[in-house]
Amino acid sequence: MTWTHAGPALIASFLASMVEFVEALTIVLAVGTIRGWKSALYGTFAGVALLVLMVAIFGPALNHIPLHILQIVIGVLLLLFGIRWLRKAVLRAGGKISLHDEAAAYEKTRIKLSGNGSSVAALDGVAVVTAFKAVVLEGLEVVFIVIATGANGLLIPASAGALAAGIVVISLGIAIHKPLTRIPENTLKYAVGVILTSFGTFWIGEGSGMAWPGRDESLLGLAVVFLVASLIGVAITKSYMRVPEPETEVAS
Amino acid sequence: MNALSEALKEFIGLFVDDGSLAIASVVWILVMAFGCANIPALAEWRAPIFALGIAGILVENVIRSARK
Repeated sequence: MTWTHAGPALIASFLASMVEFVEALTIVLAVGTIRGWKSALYGTFAGVALLVLMVAIFGPALNHIPLHILQIVIGVLLLLFGIRWLRKAVLRAGGKISLHDEAAAYEKTRIKLSGNGSSVAALDGVAVVTAFKAVVLEGLEVVFIVIATGANGLLIPASAGALAAGIVVISLGIAIHKPLTRIPENTLKYAVGVILTSFGTFWIGEGSGMAWPGRDESLLGLAVVFLVASLIGVAITKSYMRVPEPETEVAS
Repeated sequence: MNALSEALKEFIGLFVDDGSLAIASVVWILVMAFGCANIPALAEWRAPIFALGIAGILVENVIRSARK
């Protein structure tokens, strides 16, 4: 396995997973700060345990599915997932919808959790469920990203990318104890939208017997096509908008 | 039951945000992956046409969303 073969899967998985880890960290930080770290950590570990269980059950089952069917199913899910991100990123970049803001997401969770006056020392059901839900949902996206970018025998570099992203984000979270607002999440989401849409399109083509010019190298061409299309979308969206600077608010 | 349907809704939300974008993408996938699979004249062009179609669907959806 060469770097040129494994590199794109590793980088794509790292960038996409980083966005998910940042979003999960914001919620867990808010839960821990407002309702106590005991509840936040219980919810987090329960979420991680469920994810591990799901991977242990469904992971081996993937080996029994014929490759072309797996490529099409993963490709369709990945394309829908990626194009959803890309559409939102284009509309954000064009000023049609507000930018994603981790500080606002943190504040929203903080306000939601502040209403109920339970002790930070006791185990708090609402706090546990909030952390659990964030970890499971964002974690599911990470698992999905790893499977999708690691298909075709690249699961190890894709997993390494996700693991590295997790280590970076969790370390930063422990070190600064605040939402990671300085990570350029909107730009990352734009890039990841392009990457995931390209991978999804590629896998659907592979699974349904389409002949990609240049084989694996066509992934780069696909990324260029979707980048150009999205930039056209941004330009058109801007032309429809009158307000140049969008306000920030919580958006997923 | 409520929690289950809520979880299902959240899961579907990972893939579908704008219904028309998802439907258009799936229809295009069905047409190009299966509908045109046995047309010899398209054999070499199926992959690029498929990719350009997806890009076109994205741009069309963005234009429609921007107009709203």
